Amino acid sequence: MSTAVETPSSAPMSTDLRRVAVVSAKSAIAYTAVTAAMALLLLLVPRDGDVRYRMGAEGDAVRLPDVALPGMAVAWVCVAIAALVSVAAWALLRVQRKPSVWLGILLGVVLLVAFLSWSGAGSQQDLPVTRLVGGAVLLSVPILFGALGGVIGERAGVVNIAIESQLLLGAFAAAITGSLTDSPVAGLVAAIVAGMLVAVVLGVFTITYKVDQVIVGVVLNVLVVGLTSFFYSEVLVPNAERLNDTERFKPIAIPVLSDVPIFGPALFRQSLLVYLAYLAVPVVWFALYRTRWGLRLRAVGEHPQAADTVGIKVELTRYRALLIAGGVVGLGGAFYTVVSVSSFGKEMTAGAGFIALAAVIFGKWDPVRAAMAALLFGFAANLKDMLSLVGAPVPSQFMLMLPYVVTLFAVAGLVGKSRAPAADGEPYIKE
Amino acid sequence: MKLELRDITKRFGSLVANDHISITVEPGEIHCLLGENGAGKSTLMNVLYGLYTADEGEVLLDDVVQHFRGPGDAMAAGIGMVHQHFMLIPVFTVAENVMLGNEQTRSGGRLDLEAARAKVNDIASRFGFHVDPDAVVEDLPVGVQQRIEIIKALSRDAKVLIFDEPTAVLTPQETDELMGIMRQLKESGAAIVFITHKLREVREVADRITVIRRGAVVGEASPTSTDAELAAMMVGRAVELTVQKGEPTYAPSSLEVTGLEVTDARGAVLVDDVSFTVRGGEVLVVAGVQGNGQTELTEALVGLAAGTVAGSIRLDGTELVGRSVRGILDEGVGFIPEDRSTDGLVGAFSVAENLILDRTNAPPFVRRGVLQLGLRDEFATRSVEEFDIRTQGIDEPVGQLSGGNQQKVVVARELSRDLRLLVAAQPTRGVDVGSIEFIHKRIIATRDAGVPVVVVSTELDEAVALGDRILVMYRGRVVGIVPADTPRDVLGLMMAGIPAHGTEAA
Repeated sequence: MSTAVETPSSAPMSTDLRRVAVVSAKSAIAYTAVTAAMALLLLLVPRDGDVRYRMGAEGDAVRLPDVALPGMAVAWVCVAIAALVSVAAWALLRVQRKPSVWLGILLGVVLLVAFLSWSGAGSQQDLPVTRLVGGAVLLSVPILFGALGGVIGERAGVVNIAIESQLLLGAFAAAITGSLTDSPVAGLVAAIVAGMLVAVVLGVFTITYKVDQVIVGVVLNVLVVGLTSFFYSEVLVPNAERLNDTERFKPIAIPVLSDVPIFGPALFRQSLLVYLAYLAVPVVWFALYRTRWGLRLRAVGEHPQAADTVGIKVELTRYRALLIAGGVVGLGGAFYTVVSVSSFGKEMTAGAGFIALAAVIFGKWDPVRAAMAALLFGFAANLKDMLSLVGAPVPSQFMLMLPYVVTLFAVAGLVGKSRAPAADGEPYIKE
Repeated sequence: MKLELRDITKRFGSLVANDHISITVEPGEIHCLLGENGAGKSTLMNVLYGLYTADEGEVLLDDVVQHFRGPGDAMAAGIGMVHQHFMLIPVFTVAENVMLGNEQTRSGGRLDLEAARAKVNDIASRFGFHVDPDAVVEDLPVGVQQRIEIIKALSRDAKVLIFDEPTAVLTPQETDELMGIMRQLKESGAAIVFITHKLREVREVADRITVIRRGAVVGEASPTSTDAELAAMMVGRAVELTVQKGEPTYAPSSLEVTGLEVTDARGAVLVDDVSFTVRGGEVLVVAGVQGNGQTELTEALVGLAAGTVAGSIRLDGTELVGRSVRGILDEGVGFIPEDRSTDGLVGAFSVAENLILDRTNAPPFVRRGVLQLGLRDEFATRSVEEFDIRTQGIDEPVGQLSGGNQQKVVVARELSRDLRLLVAAQPTRGVDVGSIEFIHKRIIATRDAGVPVVVVSTELDEAVALGDRILVMYRGRVVGIVPADTPRDVLGLMMAGIPAHGTEAA
């Protein structure tokens, strides 16, 4: 036992918690595994012949020459680079550091080139690089709008499982309105209204009546599938010409930009809705992080009670956020019936809303990252089409699974440390 | 600005939380609202702040009746509140928190962060301290977070300031600094309402004291009253403020903790190389400001720690680290958790069910998988009597009991087993004074039975009253282990991480 103590000594202790580095071997293991899988594929199923990458199309202002390379050789070079990246990841682990994002991106790109070169080797068809990019952008549009809507809702504290239903009802509304008016713009407006309609229902139940948000979302999805399917077969099919035959948006080429090789035609010979998507990402970012509306919205999603004590109306803020989010998602729904094809089909969104939800999480509730995630998922979906074009020796069922597998891996393994808004999914109940 | 509350009544169902309460606070005055936990102080302030609507009565500012429909109205009228649980967005910066709800914008709707920064710096410098406007709030110590709350209120030109239990999370030094700030505010003409249950603080700053008990005003007290007088008014009868206990008689048993470390998933070492020994028949109080690793330490002791645990915990020579919770309970460890409502009790279960909650794995209460209800009820009836649990019956859901009686259920359950170690985390938090006396007595009785006792407390008074020795924790580490008669100011400095001379090596 100690004796009595009189005076404190003058040396205070450190004011910080000690920290030890926690670096998991997750990325290094994942890198090695995918590299090994690719190498195994090349060993087990070798393919002869050249792969031909088509770098442009007839009539491009600047046309790069097409490239023909021996497929297997390119693939092996890529695998070698990937192996180096994996070794680097292990080396970094030894010195307790995490591989940077760029290393991961490099790995992804080289493995993609390896896979494409292997798939296209000996094919009679060229691999159109422009369509590889352009198609990805196009297919990611509904996912992107869905993800942006998801980010807005969740940042305000409302988990929106109903993105799928908002897309579907948006597509449905755009089809009918677009057909009746012969105006794709009218279809767009109708899609926004449809997305908001679902949002109102979601809001009434989750915000006002504080029902579990996930349950309401799931119910809405099922409800909208049922409703649209019913009206599709009962109303749209018998009157297909009058009610389900829209005028689609025409691609608009942006001067100068659309003449840049490869990317020009891919990114800047698109339709109005795609340009709206380009615009929506920075607009949502600015609104969330730089405006009063965004500050209050995020406050409500993080700590609604604190927001309440500074006079912010929590429920009203959440309603407004949901409505705007619904409109954004609805825009994405219009993609299906006034951009992609010109008629509505049963359950034509095919799970894009859930992929969008994955993009929200993958993008860590940030509009820019979520948009990137949407692009990635769009790319995976497009890859499926490209590979069947060159007759890749992979069963089409596997191709169909690809976007979902990418989603699964992206969400499960690669998200890293992300933190949802603290009050996400929590109804606000005053004590 | 003069604040007047007239006949405020607020009911929650059949419970009358505020019963015709009237108080007046003049500008340039610190008016103390003194009362036990659950006396209705916070309810009253939430009425004043527009968070609740009063069933009866009115709020007047400068003799004008106010009708607040929400906190926004109250703020606009000049009322600011420093909440017990800070109302700050943890992931926002200081400037963003201060501007929230009162934002200035520039062209294009952009937030004017510059103006907010300037405001933070301006107000902080008026009180002689500095806060980085761009620091993220969750990275700041609680003492600083509280100052942000004050800045937030002042940035809206609050003339009436309410401090709701502001010292609960502060070190004694930070408390002194807060008192200084309150005096400064008072001199600048603000009317201040100071809600607390800590007698020492009341006497130090209050100009007037109103004592509240069970939702009603029981009278005014003078700041010159003694602790005993104030406590008696607060509780409604004379209370013993000291714990009667003799010199410890040591028993051979012991708890030995060496080099204990708890690391969370993100690599923060929450308990950092903690070593101590508690002998049988002795109470070791783990003191410190809330959130310095005490919670994780107790969780490690009973096998509940969320992170990775390294080091050794030996109870009479038996290693406890790595054992399951069940295994540790079977070694004779009793545990009174810090938060009874989430960790100690199942609110919807009856008193009887809660009393055998940790004994449902083996006889006598369960035989061949079947609950022995007769035995359970007999045991429950006995416990209710022995531990003076005020309940309508052993079948009453425990969630309907008062805080003090709920805690007595936990204490009864843990103390009715044959213990070889008792770990009590914040055993009297949110408990009425009468129950505090009782729980303290039982803890001392356990000590006198020769059991080593570890008590975690953030209240210095309780630490000094219960402890034979006091271990002070700061940022996960042991600052020192000192005798219970160590001067309070030395303990206070230790709680801020400044070790004392001649303390036991940590």
